Amino acid sequence: MSEVLIAVRNLEVSLPDMAHKLPMGRAPMIHILKGLNFDVPRGSVIGIVGESGSGKSTLGRAILRLIEPTAGTVIFDDEDITHTREKSLRGFRQKAQMIFQDPLSSLNPRHTILGLIAAPLTLRMGRAEARTRAAEALEMVGLPANFARRYPHEISGGQRQRVGIARAIAQRPTFILADEIASGLDVSSQAVILSLLQDLVRDLGLTLAFISHDLSVVRRLCDRTIVMEGGKIVEDAGTAALFTRPSSDYTRALIDAIPLPVVDQLW
Amino acid sequence: MAEALQIRRRTPLRLWLSCGWLTVFFACAIFAGPLSPQDPLAQDLLFERLPPFWASGAEPGFWLGTDSLGRDVLSRMIHGARIAAIVALVAGFGACIIGTTLGLIAGYYRGWVDQIISRIVDVWMSFPAVLFAILLVAVIGTGLTSVIVAIVVIDWTRFCRVVRAETMAQSRMDYVDSARIAGFSRARTLFREVFPNVLPVIIAVLTLEMGIAVVVEAILSFVNLSISSDDPTWGGMISEGRLSIHQAWWVLVFPMITLFLTVLSFTQLGEALRERFDPVLR
Repeated sequence: MSEVLIAVRNLEVSLPDMAHKLPMGRAPMIHILKGLNFDVPRGSVIGIVGESGSGKSTLGRAILRLIEPTAGTVIFDDEDITHTREKSLRGFRQKAQMIFQDPLSSLNPRHTILGLIAAPLTLRMGRAEARTRAAEALEMVGLPANFARRYPHEISGGQRQRVGIARAIAQRPTFILADEIASGLDVSSQAVILSLLQDLVRDLGLTLAFISHDLSVVRRLCDRTIVMEGGKIVEDAGTAALFTRPSSDYTRALIDAIPLPVVDQLW
Repeated sequence: MAEALQIRRRTPLRLWLSCGWLTVFFACAIFAGPLSPQDPLAQDLLFERLPPFWASGAEPGFWLGTDSLGRDVLSRMIHGARIAAIVALVAGFGACIIGTTLGLIAGYYRGWVDQIISRIVDVWMSFPAVLFAILLVAVIGTGLTSVIVAIVVIDWTRFCRVVRAETMAQSRMDYVDSARIAGFSRARTLFREVFPNVLPVIIAVLTLEMGIAVVVEAILSFVNLSISSDDPTWGGMISEGRLSIHQAWWVLVFPMITLFLTVLSFTQLGEALRERFDPVLR
């Protein structure tokens, strides 16, 4: 077992630009990710930051192979997951989980909370066992057992995001990708969700990739931070070093943009 | 906001009336025998062109009068409801199953499958529907089965287009990505995750389609391409009533009112359901 859980090599993602396609012609390509290289060490918490359109969400989805990369490879747990058929990804689909930004969209409104968490487990175990494990996961994220039979629209935003976390950890994964999971929540729910995730990641010994535009959250949560701009990595450093001595102008601009509480104006 | 609330408040009455009429309609279709006061086929030349019950010269037992062969209009209308209901249900579901299946496949798998299905739909829809139906029945022969086949063959495109669009919209939701991360197969994701979310739209279109099927059946029996002219159908009655409109208007008017109310009820119910489930209005 190597120290590196995920190795990203020359990762490129391009999509055809249908808006500028000429009739009968080939659509010009938009390059969203332009040859990325980085490693995610086992057990680390890595932050991926950048402004909207910098490609951070695309990077996350490419790592989980929700998007087919145009070029390059992603090695997960010593296994190339980019050049293989979806069918042979079964092990990977259990080990790598994702928590989405918008739980109303990522939790199917037609399924109950328990069903949402248990259904993916039934691919590998019996129904009864899956239900038991789903109930355990609900407990771990601090949701009462009677939530099991409710539907996503019947619970609050913060509770929905807990369901998202429960669904990910019920798989007993080694890696979780959290894509802007706090941005749809109010400030107090944000804090609660983030410390819940932090505790679970520590207790279960998970590797976490945390995509966010909120640098103050990344600073609190992550060991290392990758800064993206225009589909490229502009900086990849330990979080402490990055915040004290940013080496690129872009990073400095992002850090300067963090709103600081201005206490004296209240008086 | 105020507008939305108004729509919400107005919906119930419209829905109640439509559902009420459709209940009567389906009850007539199921219990046509016991509900009819007379035999719908019995001719009696002594009782020809009797007026409805409130007019002078009416006979008890013939509530809505008789036609030029002395057949009871009410009984024929009740038996006509049976034909209309069979066509609405069988043709509606038939078109629904074919259109939905193709629409789901086109909207979910996209690519060349979608290209083929969508082009077929385009070509199909460029024919005038009623003309196409008449042509089709003329070729495959008259009869109830032919009418149903014609409606299915023409109207599956209505489902296909709506279902394809809704499937495409649903496929962009994150729960489809969640299903992929969970390791579900594409087919399972389509049927267990996407399909249940498309279902409300399908039900709304199905209701609208039933109304359309009733109209098409009436048109086909009006031009004598449905079942044999002895058997009571609304379109057939309207067609026959046309010949004696100056002597016996009731033979024409009552089936027309029933046809109108039935189609209106289906449309209203379908619109209400669509409004309720339309992702834009929801």
